[in-house]
Amino acid sequence: MDIALESPAVRAKRESMLRVFAEQFLSSKLAVLGLILLVLFLCLAILAPWIAPQNPFDIGTLKIMDSKLPPGSASSSGAMTHWLGTDGQARDVFSAILYGLRISLVVGLVSVSLAFAIGATVGLVSAYFGGRTDALLMRIVDIQLSFPAILVALVLLAVLGKGVDKVIYALVAVQWAYFARAARGAAIVERNKEYVQAARCMSLSWQRILWRHLFPNCIPPLMVIATIDLAHAIALEATLSFLGVGVPVTEPSLGMLISNGFEFMMSGAYWIAFFPGIALALVVVAINLVGDHLRDIFNPRNEI
Amino acid sequence: MLSSIVRRLLQTIGVVLVMSALVFAALYLIGDPVSMLASPEATEAERELIRQSLGLDLPLWHQYLIFLNKAFVHLDFGNSFLTGEPAMRLIFERMPATLELATAAMLLAVLIGVPLGIYAGLKPENFGARSVMTGSVLGFSLPNFWVGLMLIMVFAVFLHWLPAGGRGPVEAFGPIQLSVFSWEGWRSLMLPVATIATAKCALIIRVARAATRECLPLDYIKFARARGLSETRVLGVHLLKNILIPIVTIAGLEYGQVFAFAVVTETVFSWPGIGKLLIDSIITLDRPVVVAYLMLTVVFLSLLNLLVDIIYTILDPRVQSKAGA
Repeated sequence: MDIALESPAVRAKRESMLRVFAEQFLSSKLAVLGLILLVLFLCLAILAPWIAPQNPFDIGTLKIMDSKLPPGSASSSGAMTHWLGTDGQARDVFSAILYGLRISLVVGLVSVSLAFAIGATVGLVSAYFGGRTDALLMRIVDIQLSFPAILVALVLLAVLGKGVDKVIYALVAVQWAYFARAARGAAIVERNKEYVQAARCMSLSWQRILWRHLFPNCIPPLMVIATIDLAHAIALEATLSFLGVGVPVTEPSLGMLISNGFEFMMSGAYWIAFFPGIALALVVVAINLVGDHLRDIFNPRNEI
Repeated sequence: MLSSIVRRLLQTIGVVLVMSALVFAALYLIGDPVSMLASPEATEAERELIRQSLGLDLPLWHQYLIFLNKAFVHLDFGNSFLTGEPAMRLIFERMPATLELATAAMLLAVLIGVPLGIYAGLKPENFGARSVMTGSVLGFSLPNFWVGLMLIMVFAVFLHWLPAGGRGPVEAFGPIQLSVFSWEGWRSLMLPVATIATAKCALIIRVARAATRECLPLDYIKFARARGLSETRVLGVHLLKNILIPIVTIAGLEYGQVFAFAVVTETVFSWPGIGKLLIDSIITLDRPVVVAYLMLTVVFLSLLNLLVDIIYTILDPRVQSKAGA
């Protein structure tokens, strides 16, 4: 699991460890491509208000005669070209994608960060204390993981109702268990190493040992889980929104855009769902390519 | 072995009880059924009467026991708010459609995934093997509804080869209705099955590959080769037998997940299974159906986990001796 610790890199300085990591990462062209795409999408999402040709939420600027224009056609006023067409409400699909990307990425990043914090805490506590605490916490994790994430999220949203914040809660609820399991797995190995025993001998508080000594050494496997889970979270949010229980219509994520376009697909206006779909697929695949390679680097045994 | 099975059975019952308590608690928290049933002008006394007739004046634990009794002894979850039919009957009516979909998809995924996984495990550095692995990353990272959508776009909207949704004609096979008896039925099965199989196939490829790589360097494979057995026999009998253990586990667990995950695929393809019923019931707030579905899924998934564990114990004697110790 800890190739970084066993390789010569650990004996060298911190900078060279980073360099070894960078070299390892750059060795896979696919992963680099994924990273470039990911950075590009992040920039697009952050800069959306400035680069989008149209504000899709400004109802006043939308003209009904511009609705369902195929890709590449000019708007009725001739002021702009809709490179990816327009949807049923005359929104420019490209602009809608940029704004949708923002919501998808925000939901993904926030939910993964929260799940990371909760899961890592549970996992570390479980591994550090062991015994009954460990058995109980891991039993909860096992039970949770034996039910499909989509089902748990669906039920939670059925109880909570719609909303960006509620989608985030539901995603955290289904994801924390993965982090808990990974953190425990890593921490159990670390727990018995000398530096932890030394810290114990110095009678440091358990909180300090947990966060200052154990946690930093469990970060690599958790980063892998976090990357892959980000893709998972974005895909799950899109699915929930597509099913109509996710984000509200006023804050359309990529999944919501696809859902809106689905009804027009049968009549041949494929672009309304197709282009948001491509954007979603590129984001998810880019993150997965990065995550997959990170796993190869940090975990050479690469089980599944 | 028997003791380990009994222990797992007790654990399963425990999980089902905990989950049923959670479902019951959620039901209790969501709201007061009296406010839904009583007219807005009802006096407090009238409300009390309704509360008594529904048994809502009893202590919480008593209500929970009644709920359990109704649910597990009589399979009674109340009637659907929408159609007035018993919720359980609605679900049982829809179940064959989902079972058909899940079974066909899992079979397809295993039939394609296992050979590809073995191939990728035999020559991991090979270009073909790498393409398989990259393809599998795509397969399980793309959301299910996305795959379905693209299939509809290509095969139904552009090419007009296959229907975009619906189940097609069904024929009775005993008490259940199946669509596998007619060509039309097969045609409408194809796209939803392909959608589910894409994701599951990717997973099975990865499992089969990992297992193959683990088994290949072991002595019995070397010995089989040294005995001069043909490569087909070495791979098809000696290797396959041993990599089947993880594959059976994953395939079994995934079968259960497909059963629940069909929610998405069934919605995309308007497939009249239980997943579509669940999402419709959630959107129309048809609570008895949602509760019945959840309880059924909990029991089903727990039993499936149990079954996989038992099969595992039989397939792999090492597990048995460990558990028996």
